[in-house]
Amino acid sequence: MFFKKSPWIIHYDATSCNGCDIEVIASLTPMYDLERFGIINTGNPKHADIFVVTGSVNESSHQVVKNIYDQMPNPKVVVAVGICATSGGIFRECYNVLGGVDTVIPVDVYVPGCAARPESIIDGIIKALDILERRLVEFRKAKTEARRQEKKLRRYHLND
Amino acid sequence: MTPIDYFIHLDNIYLKAVIYVVLAPILGGLLAGVDRKISARMQGRIGPPILQPFYDVFKLFSKEKIIVNKFQNFNVILFFVFMVFTGSLFFLGGDLLLVIFALTLAGVFFALAGFSVNSPYCHIGAERELIQMMSYDPMIILVAVGMYQVTGTFRVDAIAMYDGPLILYLPGVFLGYLHVLTIKLRKSPFDLAMSAHAHQELVSGLKTEFSGTTLALIEIGHWYENVLLLGIIYLFFAFNSFLGVAAMLVLYFFEIIIDNTYARFKWELTFKSTWLVTALFGAANIIILYYAMQP
Amino acid sequence: METIIFLIIFPAAISLVLLSIPVKSVRRLIAVIANIALIAGTIHLLYGSAGETIRYELENVWIERAMLTLEVTLSIYILYMGIRFRRYLVVFFTLLQLALLVHFEAFAIPAVPVAHNLFVDNFSIILALIIGIIGSFICLYAIGYIEEYHERHKESEDNRRFFFFLMYLFLSAMFGIVFSNNLKWIYFFWEITTICSFLLIKYHEDEESIDSAFSALTINLMGGLAFAAGISYAGIYAGTLELDRLIAEGGAYAVIPAALIAFAGLAKSAQLPFSSWLTKAMVAPTPVSALLHSSTMVKAGVYIIIKVAPALKGTLAAAMLSYIGGLTFLVASFIAISQSNAKKVLAYSTIANLGLVVACAGIGTNEAIWSAILLIVFHAVAKSLMFLCVGLIENKLSSKEIENMDFLIMEMPKVSAAMIIGISGMFLAPFGMLISKWATLKAFIDFNPVMAIILAYGSAATLFFWTKWMGKIITIKYGLKNREKVVSPWEWTTLAVLSFMTIGVCIIFPLLSSALIEPYIIELFGVSPSMDRFNIIIIMIIMLGLLTILPIALMYYAWLDKDYKRVGTYLGGANVDNVRFLGSLGAQRTADIRNYYLDGFFSEKKLYNYGLVTAVFLVILMLGVVVI
Repeated sequence: MFFKKSPWIIHYDATSCNGCDIEVIASLTPMYDLERFGIINTGNPKHADIFVVTGSVNESSHQVVKNIYDQMPNPKVVVAVGICATSGGIFRECYNVLGGVDTVIPVDVYVPGCAARPESIIDGIIKALDILERRLVEFRKAKTEARRQEKKLRRYHLND
Repeated sequence: MTPIDYFIHLDNIYLKAVIYVVLAPILGGLLAGVDRKISARMQGRIGPPILQPFYDVFKLFSKEKIIVNKFQNFNVILFFVFMVFTGSLFFLGGDLLLVIFALTLAGVFFALAGFSVNSPYCHIGAERELIQMMSYDPMIILVAVGMYQVTGTFRVDAIAMYDGPLILYLPGVFLGYLHVLTIKLRKSPFDLAMSAHAHQELVSGLKTEFSGTTLALIEIGHWYENVLLLGIIYLFFAFNSFLGVAAMLVLYFFEIIIDNTYARFKWELTFKSTWLVTALFGAANIIILYYAMQP
Repeated sequence: METIIFLIIFPAAISLVLLSIPVKSVRRLIAVIANIALIAGTIHLLYGSAGETIRYELENVWIERAMLTLEVTLSIYILYMGIRFRRYLVVFFTLLQLALLVHFEAFAIPAVPVAHNLFVDNFSIILALIIGIIGSFICLYAIGYIEEYHERHKESEDNRRFFFFLMYLFLSAMFGIVFSNNLKWIYFFWEITTICSFLLIKYHEDEESIDSAFSALTINLMGGLAFAAGISYAGIYAGTLELDRLIAEGGAYAVIPAALIAFAGLAKSAQLPFSSWLTKAMVAPTPVSALLHSSTMVKAGVYIIIKVAPALKGTLAAAMLSYIGGLTFLVASFIAISQSNAKKVLAYSTIANLGLVVACAGIGTNEAIWSAILLIVFHAVAKSLMFLCVGLIENKLSSKEIENMDFLIMEMPKVSAAMIIGISGMFLAPFGMLISKWATLKAFIDFNPVMAIILAYGSAATLFFWTKWMGKIITIKYGLKNREKVVSPWEWTTLAVLSFMTIGVCIIFPLLSSALIEPYIIELFGVSPSMDRFNIIIIMIIMLGLLTILPIALMYYAWLDKDYKRVGTYLGGANVDNVRFLGSLGAQRTADIRNYYLDGFFSEKKLYNYGLVTAVFLVILMLGVVVI
């Protein structure tokens, strides 16, 4: 229940034209004030719960997107901001572009727009909060399940 | 009799320690919440709820544990334990110098945590943390020395019960302590080693590689530390507990203003300015006081 | 008295035996037995002591003659060395000294009666324990070390019999210094330590070590000259050659010899105008640095200063002495920040801590002397441990650079553990040096706030350079090979014993204080400071807390905690693995981590020069006010 009240985000620019980035930063300004929801832009995957990606994924950025996603602790959600991040946008057919963020990592919330407006970004992140809470339940369940499996394996000496 | 007077005159030192251990994180967390709220208002924002720091910490406790190596969290635990211990020692009325040394011990463990990870960001954060420690250490010792010169004792409880106005004897030491306080509270312009908000050149500095429970412990450890630091402010005004509380609040507000109006210094400037302030205000005050107190 | 004579004679005898036996295994056996006997001797001395000063007569004209002969022989040897290596300053000092000695022996001696040649009090027992126990273990360590040393330095001549001869002879001389009451005897042993130090620094016989050896010799001869002048003055004007009588009854005549002897002490303990010899002496094999240049010989300097300081009490000279100590502490601590050579850091830290002791001696209140003795004890144990660890690492990594010590805890876990104990012992809270620094601070505040301020700044610097070194050692990286297997059992024994002693002296320090130090202080001043019982309890709680939390937590992280996911370090997402990242144009780069040395603020050259000038001024002032 605290995830809803304290979501920390990391923002990564895959290959955005900076339009969406500016809007993401704008939502932290006094005008929109994301921090009133307890949201902090940490800039560090290890502290973050929400991964905000702007721009399409290409050959040189896909590994970075993957690395950052892997370094985030569970539960975590991914928000693709802008039309490029959701589908590749007008760059979709470029020779080096793989497509939207979902070609590399699973995306939970798509925020379309070119550039996405701060209001819709905030909407998208608020939507992600519910998913985050659900993820926590799933994560805990998976953990207990994994423990039970391990115990079972140990009981039947299947580990050796 | 105010609650603070009541606390100071409490005979049972164990009870004092327990009260500190229970109340300090609550007070420290609230203080952090108020801090964020006031900062937001200063910037024309609404800001997070006052209880936000608690939400953050509770959230961190339920995150997955991720680590770079097995032993990185080890030093953080030691930092936390010794920070709580240091605070308890102060509030149960122990020897002020011993409190300072235990505080240094906790700080060293914190820096070592950063060193042990083998991550560039953590490492530079730890290095800067050490530079900060080297900067503020003389001044903190001089605070104890000054208080000893006036009251003739290092015992915190005796200093707290001292009738004279310590602040009038030690104005320079007090100014020096204020300078150092900004470093200790990790406020801009001296938040070199780590910072929570937005991007900076060191990501999150010293705490980059610490997440989940460990990060929560670092936060709570700092709440304990902040309450301890405000406790030292109180000692300067201990002759009147209302004045003491007012001083703590006003000075914390003052620190928030500084935080919001200054850009970050480089470490060179931090180091130089702190040692200079220590010499100009702290050391000068102590030498003058020594000759003034000569019969 | 038999024990004292045994302690002085026995190591010398052993040294001759070791020099004459060619078989290695026999030599080792004798060394082990001799060390056990030495340790037993010092402990016997401790248990047999009455807790107060006892003086012994031991009048024998032959002893005097033998000493004189030896002294002259040694002087001639130094003259020979000086001429051979063309160090004419050495020749000059030696000739001067010789002239003074002969003149004094020929004309003044018959008139000066000496009632007590030897004495023992609690302070000399403490020093004897340090020399006997730590010295013996360092000698054991040296047996393993010298083997590897010669494997590494094939080019240098294998003179190890001579090496051990010097080590044991040195122990003998050290016992001589702390038990002699006759100034001439102290002087004799003093000169032997100087020469031992000279020959041991020169052991490697390359240009650098010969240079360093002569630098040490020159400065110590200068000190020796002052010592000899002090003795002559005491003999001629104060009419006594006994240390205790000179201090107690000398009155105005004691001031000049005391100042001269303190000058010699400053040179021996490498205080600021003279500090350069100690940092240069670090070219010597590490056991030498551990024994001579950190735990014992340099302590002889501060020992004699503490002994003669009461004669200077209340004069400006004593104040100058404390300022020299304070200045040395400050400057040496600062310079240590900018050093990356492990042995140099240790050397500067040694100089700094001795400075603190000298400052305490200069202040001379009961609290100050109490903390000075505590400092000597704790420093001897922790610092010799540090030196021996560095010696091992040097043999294994072929480097003394701290920057090469990253991931040491993965490569040499046990040595690193000993080293962490040593470093903690030097500056962290419940450990010895911090306890004594705390006592020192309390002693300083009442006397002179300037000294307290100096201590505050110096301690901050200490904190910085030790912690960054410790951080370097405990950095963790997986996949490294353990390189510890080749460490010899000799070295292990010593490291283990000294590690336990570093912790042990902190745990028993209330006992140490009440049983040995306080009676001595009471004898000197009539009253003795002792620590607040409450504070001792708190210190012990921290100590016990550390001793219990550390292993439990380590165990937890090593075996029990399995509930985690391992990820790479954060490198902007461009990781290839934990330490490598993808740079521009797809090039793989390694993130290499180095420490800060703050050379802009704490450069050795600048600080040393400032320190030197100020210290020379202070020394001149010290001697000047005495003469006037």
